[in-house]
Amino acid sequence: MTTRIVEVRQNVLRKNDLLARELRRRFDAAGTFVVSLVSSPGSGKTTLLEGTLCALARTARVAALVGDLATTRDADRLARSGAPVRQITTGTVCHLDASMVESALADWDVGGLDFLFVENVGNLVCPSSYDLGEHLRVVLLSVTEGEDKPLKYPTIFNTADMAVITKTDLARAAAFDETEALRNINEVRPGLPVVQVSARTGEGFEAWVRELWVARGRALTSPLC
Amino acid sequence: MHELGVAIDIVDIAGDALARMGPVHVTSVRVRVGPLSGVAKDALLFSFGAAAAGTPLENARLEIEDVPVTAWCSVCDAEREPSDFAVRRCPVCQSAMPRLIRGDELEVVGLEVQDA
Repeated sequence: MTTRIVEVRQNVLRKNDLLARELRRRFDAAGTFVVSLVSSPGSGKTTLLEGTLCALARTARVAALVGDLATTRDADRLARSGAPVRQITTGTVCHLDASMVESALADWDVGGLDFLFVENVGNLVCPSSYDLGEHLRVVLLSVTEGEDKPLKYPTIFNTADMAVITKTDLARAAAFDETEALRNINEVRPGLPVVQVSARTGEGFEAWVRELWVARGRALTSPLC
Repeated sequence: MHELGVAIDIVDIAGDALARMGPVHVTSVRVRVGPLSGVAKDALLFSFGAAAAGTPLENARLEIEDVPVTAWCSVCDAEREPSDFAVRRCPVCQSAMPRLIRGDELEVVGLEVQDA
Protein backbone atom coordinates (compact mmCIF):
# COMPACT_ATOMS: atom_id res chain seq x y z
CA MET A 1 0.00 0.00 0.00
CA THR A 2 1.47 3.36 -0.93
CA THR A 3 2.06 5.90 1.71
CA ARG A 4 1.92 9.58 0.93
CA ILE A 5 2.32 12.78 2.85
CA VAL A 6 -0.45 15.33 2.84
CA GLU A 7 0.76 18.77 3.76
CA VAL A 8 -1.29 20.68 6.33
CA ARG A 9 1.01 23.43 7.71
CA GLN A 10 -1.19 24.96 10.32
CA ASN A 11 -0.36 26.59 13.60
CA VAL A 12 -1.92 24.39 16.29
CA LEU A 13 -3.26 27.37 18.24
CA ARG A 14 -4.60 29.09 15.13
CA LYS A 15 -8.16 29.24 16.43
CA ASN A 16 -7.01 30.99 19.58
CA ASP A 17 -4.66 33.27 17.62
CA LEU A 18 -7.41 34.33 15.21
CA LEU A 19 -9.77 35.12 18.07
CA ALA A 20 -7.02 37.03 19.89
CA ARG A 21 -6.36 39.06 16.76
CA GLU A 22 -10.06 39.85 16.50
CA LEU A 23 -10.14 40.92 20.16
CA ARG A 24 -7.10 43.13 19.66
CA ARG A 25 -8.79 44.77 16.68
CA ARG A 26 -11.81 45.43 18.86
CA PHE A 27 -9.63 46.91 21.63
CA ASP A 28 -7.75 49.06 19.11
CA ALA A 29 -10.97 50.43 17.70
CA ALA A 30 -12.26 51.17 21.20
CA GLY A 31 -9.01 52.85 22.27
CA THR A 32 -8.68 50.36 25.11
CA PHE A 33 -5.14 49.39 26.00
CA VAL A 34 -5.05 45.83 27.30
CA VAL A 35 -2.36 44.66 29.70
CA SER A 36 -2.09 41.05 30.85
CA LEU A 37 -0.23 40.00 33.96
CA VAL A 38 1.44 36.59 34.21
CA SER A 39 3.49 35.06 37.01
CA SER A 40 3.68 32.17 39.40
CA PRO A 41 1.04 32.12 42.15
CA GLY A 42 1.88 34.52 44.96
CA SER A 43 4.13 36.90 43.03
CA GLY A 44 1.85 39.81 43.77
CA LYS A 45 -0.26 40.18 40.63
CA THR A 46 -3.40 41.14 42.52
CA THR A 47 -1.57 43.51 44.86
CA LEU A 48 0.19 45.18 41.94
CA LEU A 49 -3.13 45.44 40.18
CA GLU A 50 -4.87 46.94 43.23
CA GLY A 51 -2.30 49.72 43.36
CA THR A 52 -2.31 50.18 39.60
CA LEU A 53 -6.10 50.51 39.38
CA CYS A 54 -6.06 53.11 42.17
CA ALA A 55 -3.20 55.06 40.62
CA LEU A 56 -4.69 55.08 37.12
CA ALA A 57 -8.28 55.67 38.18
CA ARG A 58 -7.45 59.30 38.97
CA THR A 59 -6.85 60.12 35.34
CA ALA A 60 -8.17 57.19 33.30
CA ARG A 61 -11.03 54.76 33.00
CA VAL A 62 -9.81 51.35 34.07
CA ALA A 63 -11.20 47.86 34.55
CA ALA A 64 -9.90 44.37 35.22
CA LEU A 65 -10.56 40.73 34.44
CA VAL A 66 -9.03 38.25 36.85
CA GLY A 67 -8.53 34.56 36.28
CA ASP A 68 -8.34 31.85 38.93
CA LEU A 69 -9.31 28.22 39.17
CA ALA A 70 -11.85 28.99 41.89
CA THR A 71 -13.30 31.72 44.14
CA THR A 72 -13.99 35.39 43.47
CA ARG A 73 -11.55 36.53 46.14
CA ASP A 74 -9.33 38.48 43.75
CA ALA A 75 -12.26 40.21 42.07
CA ASP A 76 -13.68 41.12 45.49
CA ARG A 77 -10.33 42.57 46.53
CA LEU A 78 -9.91 44.55 43.33
CA ALA A 79 -13.48 45.83 43.35
CA ARG A 80 -12.56 47.88 46.42
CA SER A 81 -10.58 50.15 44.07
CA GLY A 82 -13.92 51.23 42.60
CA ALA A 83 -13.00 49.97 39.13
CA PRO A 84 -15.27 47.49 37.33
CA VAL A 85 -13.88 44.01 37.88
CA ARG A 86 -14.88 40.58 36.66
CA GLN A 87 -13.64 37.21 37.76
CA ILE A 88 -13.06 34.38 35.31
CA THR A 89 -13.09 31.07 37.12
CA THR A 90 -11.49 28.44 34.94
CA GLY A 91 -12.45 25.35 36.95
CA THR A 92 -9.36 23.22 36.55
CA VAL A 93 -7.89 24.91 33.50
CA CYS A 94 -4.39 26.20 34.17
CA HIS A 95 -4.45 29.28 31.95
CA LEU A 96 -6.73 31.81 30.28
CA ASP A 97 -7.32 31.68 26.55
CA ALA A 98 -8.81 34.16 24.11
CA SER A 99 -12.26 32.57 24.19
CA MET A 100 -12.49 33.02 27.99
CA VAL A 101 -11.63 36.70 27.59
CA GLU A 102 -14.19 37.02 24.81
CA SER A 103 -16.93 35.39 26.93
CA ALA A 104 -16.11 37.56 29.93
CA LEU A 105 -16.43 40.65 27.75
CA ALA A 106 -19.55 39.48 25.89
CA ASP A 107 -21.92 41.93 27.56
CA TRP A 108 -19.33 44.46 28.53
CA ASP A 109 -18.79 47.58 26.47
CA VAL A 110 -15.05 48.18 26.62
CA GLY A 111 -15.49 51.29 24.51
CA GLY A 112 -15.42 53.50 27.56
CA LEU A 113 -12.16 52.13 28.91
CA ASP A 114 -8.63 53.47 28.58
CA PHE A 115 -7.02 50.46 30.26
CA LEU A 116 -8.20 46.91 30.72
CA PHE A 117 -6.05 44.59 32.83
CA VAL A 118 -6.24 40.82 32.52
CA GLU A 119 -4.74 38.91 35.41
CA ASN A 120 -3.92 35.39 34.26
CA VAL A 121 -4.03 32.25 36.39
CA GLY A 122 -0.88 31.99 38.49
CA ASN A 123 1.27 29.71 36.36
CA LEU A 124 4.62 30.26 34.65
CA VAL A 125 4.18 27.59 31.99
CA CYS A 126 0.85 27.25 30.20
CA PRO A 127 -0.21 30.92 29.86
CA SER A 128 2.80 31.55 27.64
CA SER A 129 1.22 29.70 24.70
CA TYR A 130 -2.03 31.66 24.56
CA ASP A 131 -2.44 35.09 23.00
CA LEU A 132 -5.29 36.86 24.82
CA GLY A 133 -5.49 39.82 22.46
CA GLU A 134 -3.51 41.94 24.90
CA HIS A 135 -1.23 44.77 23.77
CA LEU A 136 1.26 44.33 26.58
CA ARG A 137 2.13 41.14 28.42
CA VAL A 138 3.82 41.77 31.73
CA VAL A 139 5.62 38.99 33.61
CA LEU A 140 6.11 39.44 37.35
CA LEU A 141 9.03 38.15 39.33
CA SER A 142 8.93 38.71 43.08
CA VAL A 143 12.15 39.10 45.06
CA THR A 144 11.24 36.09 47.19
CA GLU A 145 11.15 33.68 44.23
CA GLY A 146 14.85 33.55 43.47
CA GLU A 147 16.92 35.32 40.87
CA ASP A 148 17.15 32.24 38.64
CA LYS A 149 13.42 32.04 37.86
CA PRO A 150 13.90 33.44 34.33
CA LEU A 151 16.44 30.70 33.54
CA LYS A 152 14.07 28.01 34.80
CA TYR A 153 11.00 29.35 32.98
CA PRO A 154 12.38 30.95 29.81
CA THR A 155 9.21 30.53 27.75
CA ILE A 156 7.07 32.93 29.72
CA PHE A 157 9.85 35.55 29.67
CA ASN A 158 10.10 35.05 25.93
CA THR A 159 6.47 35.89 25.31
CA ALA A 160 6.41 38.88 27.68
CA ASP A 161 6.85 42.50 26.63
CA MET A 162 7.94 43.76 30.03
CA ALA A 163 9.07 42.33 33.37
CA VAL A 164 8.16 43.74 36.77
CA ILE A 165 10.20 42.81 39.82
CA THR A 166 7.76 42.97 42.72
CA LYS A 167 7.98 43.12 46.53
CA THR A 168 11.21 45.11 46.44
CA ASP A 169 10.55 46.15 50.05
CA LEU A 170 11.42 42.54 50.95
CA ALA A 171 14.62 42.47 48.90
CA ARG A 172 16.97 42.68 51.85
CA ALA A 173 15.10 40.08 53.94
CA ALA A 174 15.11 37.72 50.95
CA ALA A 175 18.81 38.45 50.21
CA PHE A 176 17.70 39.30 46.70
CA ASP A 177 20.56 39.86 44.26
CA GLU A 178 19.21 42.48 41.88
CA THR A 179 22.19 42.39 39.53
CA GLU A 180 21.88 38.63 39.17
CA ALA A 181 18.13 38.82 38.53
CA LEU A 182 18.55 41.50 35.87
CA ARG A 183 21.36 39.51 34.27
CA ASN A 184 19.20 36.38 34.14
CA ILE A 185 16.26 38.21 32.59
CA ASN A 186 18.61 39.63 30.00
CA GLU A 187 20.11 36.19 29.31
CA VAL A 188 16.76 34.64 28.37
CA ARG A 189 15.28 37.74 26.78
CA PRO A 190 17.86 40.35 25.84
CA GLY A 191 16.47 43.87 25.96
CA LEU A 192 13.26 43.10 27.87
CA PRO A 193 12.32 46.29 29.77
CA VAL A 194 12.29 45.81 33.54
CA VAL A 195 10.52 47.86 36.19
CA GLN A 196 10.97 47.35 39.94
CA VAL A 197 8.15 48.09 42.35
CA SER A 198 6.92 47.66 45.86
CA ALA A 199 3.15 47.88 45.90
CA ARG A 200 3.34 48.10 49.69
CA THR A 201 5.62 51.15 49.97
CA GLY A 202 4.81 52.62 46.56
CA GLU A 203 8.47 52.61 45.57
CA GLY A 204 8.82 52.44 41.79
CA PHE A 205 5.11 52.81 41.24
CA GLU A 206 5.33 56.12 39.47
CA ALA A 207 7.77 54.68 36.94
CA TRP A 208 5.53 51.62 36.41
CA VAL A 209 2.45 53.75 35.76
CA ARG A 210 4.48 55.99 33.46
CA GLU A 211 5.63 52.92 31.50
CA LEU A 212 1.99 51.87 31.08
CA TRP A 213 1.08 55.23 29.60
CA VAL A 214 4.10 55.17 27.28
CA ALA A 215 3.24 51.64 26.12
CA ARG A 216 -0.37 52.69 25.59
CA GLY A 217 0.73 55.65 23.49
CA ARG A 218 2.93 53.37 21.38
CA ALA A 219 0.23 50.75 20.83
CA LEU A 220 -2.78 52.92 20.15
CA THR A 221 -2.90 55.59 17.58
CA SER A 222 -6.32 56.86 18.58
CA PRO A 223 -6.17 59.83 20.95
CA LEU A 224 -7.32 59.53 24.56
CA CYS A 225 -10.75 61.07 24.83
CA MET B 1 -0.24 20.96 31.75
CA HIS B 2 -2.13 22.32 28.76
CA GLU B 3 -0.87 19.63 26.39
CA LEU B 4 -4.21 17.82 26.36
CA GLY B 5 -5.87 20.95 24.95
CA VAL B 6 -3.07 21.24 22.40
CA ALA B 7 -3.47 17.54 21.47
CA ILE B 8 -7.22 18.03 20.96
CA ASP B 9 -6.45 20.99 18.67
CA ILE B 10 -4.03 18.80 16.68
CA VAL B 11 -6.69 16.09 16.29
CA ASP B 12 -9.23 18.73 15.18
CA ILE B 13 -6.86 20.23 12.61
CA ALA B 14 -6.03 16.78 11.25
CA GLY B 15 -9.74 15.93 11.19
CA ASP B 16 -10.47 19.05 9.12
CA ALA B 17 -7.73 18.09 6.67
CA LEU B 18 -9.09 14.53 6.45
CA ALA B 19 -12.57 15.80 5.68
CA ARG B 20 -11.15 17.31 2.48
CA MET B 21 -9.64 13.99 1.35
CA GLY B 22 -10.97 10.69 0.08
CA PRO B 23 -11.03 7.64 2.32
CA VAL B 24 -7.57 7.14 3.83
CA HIS B 25 -5.85 5.58 6.83
CA VAL B 26 -3.70 8.01 8.76
CA THR B 27 -0.46 6.41 9.84
CA SER B 28 1.12 9.45 11.43
CA VAL B 29 0.59 13.08 12.22
CA ARG B 30 3.69 15.21 11.93
CA VAL B 31 4.10 18.27 14.11
CA ARG B 32 6.91 20.73 14.73
CA VAL B 33 7.45 21.81 18.30
CA GLY B 34 9.99 24.42 19.33
CA PRO B 35 11.42 24.40 22.83
CA LEU B 36 10.02 27.90 23.38
CA SER B 37 6.47 26.90 22.40
CA GLY B 38 5.69 26.09 26.01
CA VAL B 39 4.72 22.52 25.16
CA ALA B 40 6.41 19.49 26.71
CA LYS B 41 7.00 16.68 24.19
CA ASP B 42 6.37 13.76 26.53
CA ALA B 43 3.16 15.27 27.85
CA LEU B 44 2.02 15.94 24.28
CA LEU B 45 2.71 12.35 23.20
CA PHE B 46 0.81 11.05 26.19
CA SER B 47 -2.11 13.42 25.61
CA PHE B 48 -2.30 12.64 21.90
CA GLY B 49 -3.25 9.04 22.68
CA ALA B 50 -6.17 10.23 24.76
CA ALA B 51 -7.24 12.93 22.31
CA ALA B 52 -7.09 10.60 19.29
CA ALA B 53 -9.09 7.78 20.90
CA GLY B 54 -12.32 7.21 19.04
CA THR B 55 -11.28 9.41 16.10
CA PRO B 56 -9.85 8.48 12.67
CA LEU B 57 -6.44 9.18 14.20
CA GLU B 58 -6.84 6.47 16.80
CA ASN B 59 -4.05 4.32 15.36
CA ALA B 60 -1.87 7.14 14.09
CA ARG B 61 1.51 7.98 15.57
CA LEU B 62 2.39 11.50 16.58
CA GLU B 63 5.78 12.36 15.11
CA ILE B 64 7.35 15.37 16.72
CA GLU B 65 10.02 17.24 14.82
CA ASP B 66 12.26 19.38 17.00
CA VAL B 67 12.90 22.95 15.96
CA PRO B 68 16.12 24.23 17.48
CA VAL B 69 16.08 27.77 18.82
CA THR B 70 17.65 30.05 16.25
CA ALA B 71 18.27 33.74 16.78
CA TRP B 72 19.92 36.55 14.87
CA CYS B 73 23.35 37.66 15.98
CA SER B 74 23.77 41.22 14.81
CA VAL B 75 27.49 41.17 15.63
CA CYS B 76 28.22 38.10 13.47
CA ASP B 77 25.50 39.20 11.05
CA ALA B 78 24.28 35.60 10.96
CA GLU B 79 21.71 33.14 12.29
CA ARG B 80 22.98 31.24 15.31
CA GLU B 81 21.76 28.37 17.46
CA PRO B 82 22.51 29.06 21.11
CA SER B 83 24.04 26.10 22.97
CA ASP B 84 21.38 26.37 25.67
CA PHE B 85 17.88 27.00 24.25
CA ALA B 86 16.97 29.20 27.20
CA VAL B 87 19.96 31.52 27.01
CA ARG B 88 19.89 33.84 24.02
CA ARG B 89 23.65 34.18 23.60
CA CYS B 90 25.67 33.75 20.41
CA PRO B 91 27.81 30.60 20.64
CA VAL B 92 30.49 32.22 18.49
CA CYS B 93 30.91 35.77 19.82
CA GLN B 94 28.88 35.55 23.07
CA SER B 95 26.74 38.58 22.19
CA ALA B 96 23.11 38.79 23.32
CA MET B 97 20.66 37.95 20.54
CA PRO B 98 17.31 39.75 21.08
CA ARG B 99 15.74 38.62 17.80
CA LEU B 100 14.29 35.12 17.83
CA ILE B 101 13.98 33.54 14.39
CA ARG B 102 12.78 30.01 15.21
CA GLY B 103 12.07 27.91 18.25
CA ASP B 104 8.56 28.84 19.35
CA GLU B 105 6.72 26.85 16.66
CA LEU B 106 3.75 24.67 17.42
CA GLU B 107 2.54 23.53 14.05
CA VAL B 108 0.87 20.62 12.30
CA VAL B 109 3.10 19.95 9.30
CA GLY B 110 1.16 17.18 7.63
CA LEU B 111 -0.34 13.74 7.68
CA GLU B 112 1.13 10.48 6.48
CA VAL B 113 -1.71 8.57 4.86
CA GLN B 114 -2.43 5.36 2.98
CA ASP B 115 -5.36 5.08 0.59
CA ALA B 116 -8.04 2.93 2.09
